[in-house]
Amino acid sequence: MYNYLWLIPIMPLIGCIVNGLLGKKFIKNEKAIGAIATLAVFSSFLLSVKYFFQLLGDPVKTHQQVVFSWMSVGDLQIDWGFLFDPLTAIMLLVVTGVGSLIHLYSIGYMHGDPGYYRFFSYLNLFVFAMLMLVTGNNAMVMFVGWEGVGLCSYLLIGFYIDKKSAGDAAKKAFVVNRIGDFGFLLGVFLLFWTLGSEHGVWTLNFVDLAHHGHVLGFGGTVVTIVTLCFFLGATGKSAQIPLYTWLPDAMEGPTPVSALIHAATMVTAGVYMIGRMNVLFAMSPTTMMTVAIVGAMTAIFAASIGFAQNDIKRVLAYSTVSQLGYMFMAMGVGAFTAGIFHLMTHAFFKACLFLGSGSVIHSMHHALHHAHLDDDAQDMRNMGGLRKKMPITFITFAVSCLAISGVPGLSAFFSKDEILWWTFGSTRGMWYVWAIGAVAAGMTAFYMFRCLYMTFYGKEKTDARAKDHIHESPLVITIPLMVLGLLAVVGGYIGVPAILGGSNHIHHFLEPVFGHASEIYHIGIKEAMHHNHALEYGLMALSIAIAFLGIAVASVMYLMKPELPAKFTKMFPKFHRLVFNKWYIDELYDAIVVNPVKAFGTFCWRGFDVKVIDGVVNGVAKLVGLCSAGLRHTQTGLFHNYALAMVLGMVVMVAVFVLR
Amino acid sequence: METIFFYIIALVALGSGLIVVLCKSPVNSALGLVNTFFCLAVFYVMLYAPFMAAVQIMVYAGAIMVLILFVIMLLNLGTEARKRYTHGVVWAALASLLSLVTFLVFIKKGQITGAAGDITKDVVMSVGHTELIGKTMFTEFLLPFEIASILLLVAIVGAVVLAKKEV
Amino acid sequence: MISVYHYMTIAAILFAMGTYGVLTRKNAIVIFMCIELMLNSVNLTFIALSRHLNNMDGQIFVFFVMTVAAAEAAVGLALMISFFRNRESIDVEEIDLLKW
Repeated sequence: MYNYLWLIPIMPLIGCIVNGLLGKKFIKNEKAIGAIATLAVFSSFLLSVKYFFQLLGDPVKTHQQVVFSWMSVGDLQIDWGFLFDPLTAIMLLVVTGVGSLIHLYSIGYMHGDPGYYRFFSYLNLFVFAMLMLVTGNNAMVMFVGWEGVGLCSYLLIGFYIDKKSAGDAAKKAFVVNRIGDFGFLLGVFLLFWTLGSEHGVWTLNFVDLAHHGHVLGFGGTVVTIVTLCFFLGATGKSAQIPLYTWLPDAMEGPTPVSALIHAATMVTAGVYMIGRMNVLFAMSPTTMMTVAIVGAMTAIFAASIGFAQNDIKRVLAYSTVSQLGYMFMAMGVGAFTAGIFHLMTHAFFKACLFLGSGSVIHSMHHALHHAHLDDDAQDMRNMGGLRKKMPITFITFAVSCLAISGVPGLSAFFSKDEILWWTFGSTRGMWYVWAIGAVAAGMTAFYMFRCLYMTFYGKEKTDARAKDHIHESPLVITIPLMVLGLLAVVGGYIGVPAILGGSNHIHHFLEPVFGHASEIYHIGIKEAMHHNHALEYGLMALSIAIAFLGIAVASVMYLMKPELPAKFTKMFPKFHRLVFNKWYIDELYDAIVVNPVKAFGTFCWRGFDVKVIDGVVNGVAKLVGLCSAGLRHTQTGLFHNYALAMVLGMVVMVAVFVLR
Repeated sequence: METIFFYIIALVALGSGLIVVLCKSPVNSALGLVNTFFCLAVFYVMLYAPFMAAVQIMVYAGAIMVLILFVIMLLNLGTEARKRYTHGVVWAALASLLSLVTFLVFIKKGQITGAAGDITKDVVMSVGHTELIGKTMFTEFLLPFEIASILLLVAIVGAVVLAKKEV
Repeated sequence: MISVYHYMTIAAILFAMGTYGVLTRKNAIVIFMCIELMLNSVNLTFIALSRHLNNMDGQIFVFFVMTVAAAEAAVGLALMISFFRNRESIDVEEIDLLKW
């Protein structure tokens, strides 16, 4: 039935190896390299589609394929195995589908880059790791993918190896991710040890965990600690408070990388992981609450930073952090389906936004380069009025902006609205989380439209020498944009809620994965609200109103009266500086974590390593040297001394023999 | 009679040994050594080992001592420098005395153990010492004998290489 | 009657004398001769004990000792000649290249 499941991750790996080993010396041709990489991912996509439809008609929803036994320690058996169920199917479609489009886009975007083959090799490696992450049937295989995507993220953020800021950003991403990975690993150890030694269930297999996880006990301390550890991993990978700071810096990488890794796929790994372990999370209300609150805080916090950023990619990066906050909010209140749903729609519109910004940056860069100017190609203050020059980019960007803002009928409206409804009405929901989420939605609408207006509307602020060179990107770039734009529009229709006359397909599709835990641990819409259509309509109307309010404010400030923002800045200079500098969070981290750690490292190096360790080593050597300096005086080099010693030794030996 | 003879020979042997050790001139030492060798050869005869006595005289007194004297002459060594003894004379005397004492105690206390054979005096007298040596040497000890020949060959080559002017 | 102990006592005295010579003399050839003296004292014990035990093995051993002594004489004297050629002396106190 699903015998070729293993091929899905292997195809990109083959692409990676071929391009990585042969790309520089043998293939050379850019088109061939791009084609190999894109086809590798695309073939995975086709296979995923085939299996997806196969799964739709399959009464059994969970399939496993064990390729080989990886580790066997005592009773713990860890296989190199794949899991295919509705959750994995959706993730596969998102990763390979969006991945293929972004590969196609990269062919045009990376044109002429000396590291062309390297880029595609890394990108394929990333897709491989991501597919391992979503198809792995146990926590260890997932961890391999988890680390793999982290590595590829590092490699791709630092892709422009001659840029110091890129290298720094890559390091930052890697180190911050390590903190999260540490939490993940601790969680895995604690989980399998507790399950094994206390309950006799030696397993890390997700299916077994779903069946036997209940032995840990509802609300137990251990399960809370385990899930909090996992959540720490998720905050690292998915850029949540407190570990979100790496994601905006990650924008140093090429734009397709930002779109694929730092918007559509990798950063959603944390959400996927919580969904995959929903049984464990459902057992700990404390963790769920933490997840929801952290998600909400992240959503509003990142949105507020998005207000004052001028770099187009940074706005999108903070938007990504904010949207990820939404997903965690959903996970935290038990709306697993809604979280995964939002993950999917977000992958569409955010990838589209990033690729659109990439298209803008690409042509800006070309134009500035052509005019020999040093202006920042990513600064929105240098753009403006681009909608006539780049119509396709503009339309897709605008559609995605509408979608992310939650305009009715577009994809994010359905997913975001479902999340908000659950935060309000779920048995694990909290009204203040809903309130934060709603405000953040309005803020999202505001800063996205600010971004849209600054880039595509208003006066042309580009240098006069360069602006005539700005023109629409080639087809290879615009086709993915169009496809993703279309998906951003229609992607939501698989999850139209019942109240709007839909049948919420995705909810039913994911039922086998999430239904079990939700049923046992009573996660769902509160009984009192279940049939309260008025409330649901009311909330929906409210969130639509908030979204339009955000759009309206943005329109007033950036479209109708462009002088307003400067006035605001003057009116609240301190506040503006605070927001503009991202609430000084990076500086805060530097002060309380980075610098102390650096100081400690310096102490370990200068104080401990150089003085103590080297001192001991050199001291021993010196001591031996001193001893031998004394002892070597016995080596007179004179024959008689040696002979005398020999004779005395012989005498002693004979004496011992005699007297014994 | 035999006992008196033994003591006379022993006295001569020890006396010429002293000459070897104490004489200033290397030539005198060498002659003392030849004398000691002769005395030892006499002891060998008294011990019913006439072949060993012959070999002792031929190899030691004949070959090795001639070689040594030859070298002494060749290098034209006079008497030793004024300071004949090294400063470690006391230590050396002490060490050799100590060794002597331990050996004597060893001989006094030690019991002679070992594989007793059947080659009595009478057998040696009737069969002949040379034949007995030859039989043992070329049957039981054939392999060590061959190795000894190789050792000598190596020594010859080594001596030639070392003594050559230009290496 | 002369016992094996007599011979061995003589051998022990000769050995000690040889030791003293080796330890005190500076002329390499004299030292060499003292070593020959020590070897011969050992030979004497071998033959004495061989007679005492009515066993020929000891005498064969003496034979090999003589072989080694001959080889040693050849090599040792060659060494002395080449050393003399370099230093115009065979005083062992001048050979101290192994000094620290």
